[in-house]
Amino acid sequence: MTDLDLGVIATALPYLWKGFAYTLELTVTAALGGIFFGTLLALARLSGTRPLALAAAGYVNLMRSVPLVLVIFWFYFLVPLILQGITGAERPPAVGAERTAIVTFILFEAAYFCEIVRAGIQSVPRGQVHAAHALGLGYAQTMRLVVLPQAFRNMLPVLLTQTIVLFQDTSLVYVISATDFVGAAAKVAQRDSRLVEMYLFVALVYLAICLLLSQLVRRLQRRAAVVR
Amino acid sequence: MAMIEMRGVSKWFGDFRVLDGCTTRVEKGDVVVVCGPSGSGKSTLIKTVNGLEPFQEGEVRVDGVSVAARGTDLTRLRSRVGMVFQHFELFPHLTVLRNLTLAQERVLRRSRAEADAKALALLERVGLRDQAAKHPGQLSGGQQQRVAIARALSMDPVVMLFDEPTSALDPEMVSEVLDVMVGLAREGMTMMVVTHEMGFARQVASRVIFMDQGRIVEDVAKDAFFGAPQERSPRAQQFLSKVLAH
Repeated sequence: MTDLDLGVIATALPYLWKGFAYTLELTVTAALGGIFFGTLLALARLSGTRPLALAAAGYVNLMRSVPLVLVIFWFYFLVPLILQGITGAERPPAVGAERTAIVTFILFEAAYFCEIVRAGIQSVPRGQVHAAHALGLGYAQTMRLVVLPQAFRNMLPVLLTQTIVLFQDTSLVYVISATDFVGAAAKVAQRDSRLVEMYLFVALVYLAICLLLSQLVRRLQRRAAVVR
Repeated sequence: MAMIEMRGVSKWFGDFRVLDGCTTRVEKGDVVVVCGPSGSGKSTLIKTVNGLEPFQEGEVRVDGVSVAARGTDLTRLRSRVGMVFQHFELFPHLTVLRNLTLAQERVLRRSRAEADAKALALLERVGLRDQAAKHPGQLSGGQQQRVAIARALSMDPVVMLFDEPTSALDPEMVSEVLDVMVGLAREGMTMMVVTHEMGFARQVASRVIFMDQGRIVEDVAKDAFFGAPQERSPRAQQFLSKVLAH
């Protein structure tokens, strides 16, 4: 091992940026999609309709008890087969590792976000629901206009924390050879035999971003404490 | 026709009977004060009127419409019954003005301009027009409850329900809320009021209902309730001697 050669990083930057952009895309899509489907799951879990609540609970518990790597593998092999089943194509369509990963993460994160949203909804006093109903607002209006806005305000710090975890977890897509930030760095590292430089650089970037986001979470928590 | 009609309303929480065959009528323009010891079912009783508390037996009709019947449009019925809660239950994420316009726009389909005008007029009436842009958390308890009354009135209700509207207030704020309620009563609003404020009852009630253990024990004209205590049930006499002691 010779001295650190930071020049490799500079030359590889355009390629690394591509990987980083994918990591960001994956994180943001999975967070937004996860929050959207997680909210639907939470509403299902809290609904009075028993079969619906049970189905949602089953899905959430299944996803939360299986390692993420396994889920990524499953979907990588299953998604083309499912699409084939739906479209009736002769051959499983080529979906690509990157797109499979996005679907996988949305579905996986939905389970975790569901539990956060569920707690958030339950943190809104029942009297608020009564007041909304007493004014003649229906279930959907009550949720959308009264309960969820308050719930999301209460859970914003936790949602962001989960997104930080998600940001780090997206690096697991290397198992299906998707080129995210870590994947791009690994490829350069092996090509140029510059493992230390590349992995150090990647680590620093992750560290900087996560620290920044954690700081934001702390500030949000302080603000939420004042508002309440 | 009676504005509110209850017949044999019973409700159980598991084995515990919260309401036990409650029957009463509230005519248009009546102000009925519901009192009784805590846990006697007062709040539960008035919450059956707008369907917030389901019940297992009996019938409740508001302006002729049955609350529990399958075909009833509960949303529509509720928009005609205003309710004021013990803990105000204003929506903390919305301004005072939005608190008053939200349901007007979403339920009654009023335009923003129409809803705003109505809201501001009602805030004026409860003396809080200058607070319209604030959030509920910035107001005192008494102000919040006045906003809550204005919010209920913004739907042009035919009946107003009050569930211990002054119990959560600091003593010096009680009268500003009661003043608004007295004004409403004098204008002929039909009201059902759960309260321990016997002064309010004496001033504007047309009838007093006394409840104990889920049953309506007394349902008499105000003068009979306060004027002839010796004719009341022992339980009501005991209650009266306590609340009127000071």
